[in-house]
Amino acid sequence: MKAAAFEYVRADNLEHALGILDEAGAEAKLIAGGQSLVPMMAMRFARPSLLVDINRLEELKKISQDEQTIRIGACVRQRDIEFDHSLNQTAPLLKKALSWVGHSQTRNRGTIGGSLVYADPSAELPLASLILGASMHLQSDAGGLREVEAANFFLGPMFTAVSETECLLAIDLPIWHGKRIGSAFTEVSMRKGDFAMASAACQLQINDDETLRRISFGVGGVNSVPTIFPQIAQKMIGKHLTPELAQEIALMVAKECDPGSDTHVSSRFRRSLAETLLARVMLEAVEDSMHNGVNK
Amino acid sequence: MNTAFVQITVNGTLYQKEVEPRMTLVDFLRDELGLTGTHVGCEHGVCGACSILLNDEPIRSCCIFAVQADGMAVTTVEGLALGRGQLSKIQDAFCEKHALQCGYCTPGMLIACHDLIKHTPHPNADEVREAISGNICRCTGYQQIVDAVLYATDPNGANHE
Amino acid sequence: MSNTNFKYIGKHRRAVEHRRFVLGEGNYAADIHLRGMLHVAILASPYAHAKIKSIDVSAALAMPGVHTVITGTDLFADTDPILPGVDAPLVKRYPMAIDVARYSGEWVAAVVADTRALAEDAVELIDVEYEVMDHVIDPEDAMSPNSPLIHQSHGSNIIFKRKFTWGEVDQHFSECDHEISYRVRWSRNSTVPIETFAVACSWSDSTQILDVWASIQMPKFPDQLAKALRLDGNAVRVHFDVDVGGSYGLKRGLKHSILVAYLARKLNCPVRFVEDRIENMRGGDMQGPDRIFDVSLGFNSDGIIRSMRMRAVDDIGAYSGRSPLQLGKPIGAIIGPYRIQSVEYEAIAVMTNKTPQEAVRGFGQSPTNYAIETGVDKIARFLKMDRIELRNKNLIGKDEFPYLIPSGTSYDSGDYETVLKKALNAAPLSDLIVERDRLRNSGLLAGIGISTCLEPSGGNSSFEPLFNPKNVTTTWMDSCFIRIDLSGSITAIMGTSTSGQAHETLVSTVVGEILDRPPDDIRVLHADSLNALPSNSPVGSRMAIMLGGAAAGAAKKLRSKLLTIAAHRLSVLPDTLEYREGSFFSKVDQTKIIRWAELIEIAHRKFHELPANLEPGLEEKFVWEVPTGGTLPTADGRVQMYPCHSFEAHVLLASIDPETGKVTIHKYLCGHDCGVMISPDVVHGMTYGGIAHGLGAALLEKFSFSDEGQLLSGTFMDYLLPSSHEVPAITIVDHCTPSPLTEFGQKGSGEAGYLGSPAAIASAVNDALAERNISMNTLPMTPDAIWTALHEHEFGA
Repeated sequence: MKAAAFEYVRADNLEHALGILDEAGAEAKLIAGGQSLVPMMAMRFARPSLLVDINRLEELKKISQDEQTIRIGACVRQRDIEFDHSLNQTAPLLKKALSWVGHSQTRNRGTIGGSLVYADPSAELPLASLILGASMHLQSDAGGLREVEAANFFLGPMFTAVSETECLLAIDLPIWHGKRIGSAFTEVSMRKGDFAMASAACQLQINDDETLRRISFGVGGVNSVPTIFPQIAQKMIGKHLTPELAQEIALMVAKECDPGSDTHVSSRFRRSLAETLLARVMLEAVEDSMHNGVNK
Repeated sequence: MNTAFVQITVNGTLYQKEVEPRMTLVDFLRDELGLTGTHVGCEHGVCGACSILLNDEPIRSCCIFAVQADGMAVTTVEGLALGRGQLSKIQDAFCEKHALQCGYCTPGMLIACHDLIKHTPHPNADEVREAISGNICRCTGYQQIVDAVLYATDPNGANHE
Repeated sequence: MSNTNFKYIGKHRRAVEHRRFVLGEGNYAADIHLRGMLHVAILASPYAHAKIKSIDVSAALAMPGVHTVITGTDLFADTDPILPGVDAPLVKRYPMAIDVARYSGEWVAAVVADTRALAEDAVELIDVEYEVMDHVIDPEDAMSPNSPLIHQSHGSNIIFKRKFTWGEVDQHFSECDHEISYRVRWSRNSTVPIETFAVACSWSDSTQILDVWASIQMPKFPDQLAKALRLDGNAVRVHFDVDVGGSYGLKRGLKHSILVAYLARKLNCPVRFVEDRIENMRGGDMQGPDRIFDVSLGFNSDGIIRSMRMRAVDDIGAYSGRSPLQLGKPIGAIIGPYRIQSVEYEAIAVMTNKTPQEAVRGFGQSPTNYAIETGVDKIARFLKMDRIELRNKNLIGKDEFPYLIPSGTSYDSGDYETVLKKALNAAPLSDLIVERDRLRNSGLLAGIGISTCLEPSGGNSSFEPLFNPKNVTTTWMDSCFIRIDLSGSITAIMGTSTSGQAHETLVSTVVGEILDRPPDDIRVLHADSLNALPSNSPVGSRMAIMLGGAAAGAAKKLRSKLLTIAAHRLSVLPDTLEYREGSFFSKVDQTKIIRWAELIEIAHRKFHELPANLEPGLEEKFVWEVPTGGTLPTADGRVQMYPCHSFEAHVLLASIDPETGKVTIHKYLCGHDCGVMISPDVVHGMTYGGIAHGLGAALLEKFSFSDEGQLLSGTFMDYLLPSSHEVPAITIVDHCTPSPLTEFGQKGSGEAGYLGSPAAIASAVNDALAERNISMNTLPMTPDAIWTALHEHEFGA
């Protein structure tokens, strides 16, 4: 399983990378962590003539934040996000999602950008980014800078809004402020670390009277893209998130899903898993919120 | 055939080679440098037999091209011993606790364990299992590997899971 | 021999092999570098069944760096086919497809190039025109008269079918109070080593020798290779000192080796082929048993099981290696550990358009144990009797050995009830029950699994003549050569390969025990096939018995020779001498001592002090036939299968999340009796590993095929190997009933754990599901399968 031959260029800086992409178009592919791309190249499913290595672009490796937003560079390693102390405070859902992603060895190399751009329907970071209302910063030579909301970023299985000549620069995550914010991420896979058969995640905020102040949730692996349900979430505001409500919502969501089948999982089972996991994860998030009384 | 120039330090020695960009790091180590201690099991990033340390972090060397590691430092199983014929604590523990049989996954397993011990000097059994969960073994059922790491990190107790 | 106090045997000892492995200095086939070596890549058929109309290799040949491209036509001309292990001469196999591709993944062309990467590039330039034919994937469909035929000339897809009747089956069934019938399905999986098959060959025109380095575990490999290549037996030199990265039965590699040897001779240049993982999974012919068992058990209300009917259909894929014989070996333990009095066994090996099956750890015993144990649990449920109590009523008692089973094998020794009791006590069962109930109360399903299974060991070949009367073979030997050199150092030589079983440790321990010399000072080497004494490979859990026995035999001859030299030198009668650590001491005269160094001197240099008729030097060989071997089967198919019988009792606690179908194992114990353990660390290691293999088969692993015959689980992303998270902590409890047939009382244990764990895990899952009136009858029991079984009633028609 040796990759087809290609030319290799290590980008010196972002401008350099974008210039190459502009010229080469579909013939070129960016490589960051390579944990998805290199196996695909080994199996010759991916055969770029030109590989542009962006691993050393410092400008894409920064984590920064202000009052409202966290910005994570696309080439930040998953491992670095996992162990970033401040991110664990401001976006704990990321760490929770990452605990399901591959193995520590793959997280040492894999980047957040790579996971988002690769866009496997059952991948964890895409789902987490949707739930957190992320927006993605893209840039190309010809098109310049643009920002795409997560909801418009994932277009299909392994297919995103990133064009052939664009590079994902960073992901912005709005910070949730206040107390009683809870989050949870869960999935079921055949083995720990495998792609999820189905996954579910939730972040919420509870009022003093225990009603829902805010909630965002979604499921992965059961549609062609990870999916959130903002309209359903909106209707839940002001209600108590009881086990009964959680079940009801989960059932409603499951009915809207259109899961495929594969070697291990029938679509019927996936749908049921999504329902089970979503109900569980919502209640876990409520439980988690009890530990977070402090203003962030 | 297009080639690229790479400089990679492996086990403390700097190597300079001209290689095809498509050559993976594991093939570079094995075929260019003759360091056959690192093994190939799947070439798609699942089995972990190819694990090495890249700038001190364990990674799958089948999932990175050698050219990408230019200027970096690699440690392979051949670099784990403390000196010529002097087994490191974890290598010695593997022998004492019978943590291998065919030896094929062992180099990758040692790298994973070595890294664990560096960050967690006294891991418990769950932490060991988590650390080696990215390395598949078909011979041992993992039990004696876990025992070996517990033994290496606390040889006074008769440590067992 | 029983529980004698051994000095080295049975003790903790570091394996000799491990030092080189932990230092990264193993010598695997892919590590072999031969000067000027070229590399092979394969073009495989994408279709399950297709005529090959034409192959255009011109573009591939023209590519720079390519040395040759060959197809089946080349091999057909210059090599002999690989024949099946059963009498079906028209089912021929060549390393590459000849005219017809019979499974998706079958090798159609091979490229040799300067590098593997270039060879793969060239493979993409080969143009093959196929004419797709009707295919058949399901074994029962393949047995029907209208099925497409895999091998036209054979006339049927059934390559072997025979019904055996041992004892008064009909009568016993009619006399029984009850009868149950059930079907279980063991889906196709195998032991999938992390190292794929690799082989390097080098031919020399001047010496006319073919050198072969291969990742091999196969009886008679050099001979079969020579035969296929139309070479004399002494023209093939297989280097058995190649370390094999796991095999567990699979690495037969005959077709890979024939291909590479052919290429090496054709090009007059060394050639190496290292299967990549996709080639290995799909076309390496290393898939395993794929069985449908239909079983009926006749039993009484008191729980005594009297008779069994078993029909085992095995889908062996498109070609036959030794695979049909995997239906034969279990005949040697067909009643498991129970006193079942009569058996009717029908074995059917059927071909389909799938990857061929090869030998897997246990050679068919694990699926058979799964089928038997499923029935035992079903009987317990039927009678509302405790499963342990039911087993204890039927287990062969410790005073009943040797125990002759209806199919002609005598079990040598055992104490099954004690092993089971030890395992239960170690849990302890009472704790498991409390924990099980706690899990149930928390909303999960939970169950305890039990299995009590035989591990036949010793690798007698008698399933060969049993399944193919034209194969009149009763010799199944192994051997060892030992020399003590001029400096008094001991070297032992074995004549086959090792794939993780620590044979060097085994042999040095045995020789050290007999010669009373430190095992760590004894070097053990692997010969090559030209200077090796005969061996039949580490298969059938035979090496502790056979290699251990041969090493002991050679060591005893040496010790006897030393005694003769000593007695002569001291002018005393041999039986007045005592031997200790290499020296002889007179029992009657304290002044009469002769030490190791002097004995060596006499043997090697002092012919004038050597007793008459003794050859100079100190070297002895021992070639040993398998104990109880040497007889052919009777007309009704009775024969002594393996000589020694190890036993395992598994006890575990598992829970199932009813909403996700996921199984969690909370506690796992294995009671194990393989007689005297020569190397306990090695035995335990194999047992842990065997249990992990079995867990994979029970819960995760399956070679799935689409309706079009495409392998869906051809990479490690879809064929799921258990990691340290899936395999639980395991506790082994040892027991020892020595074998009367071996030097130290040892039995074999290379297949330990694997033979009982799928049955035990299925037992736990079914115990957990019993409250819902559901049972799982197919392996693997994936989350989807369990969930679907639990919720099936919700789906409607």
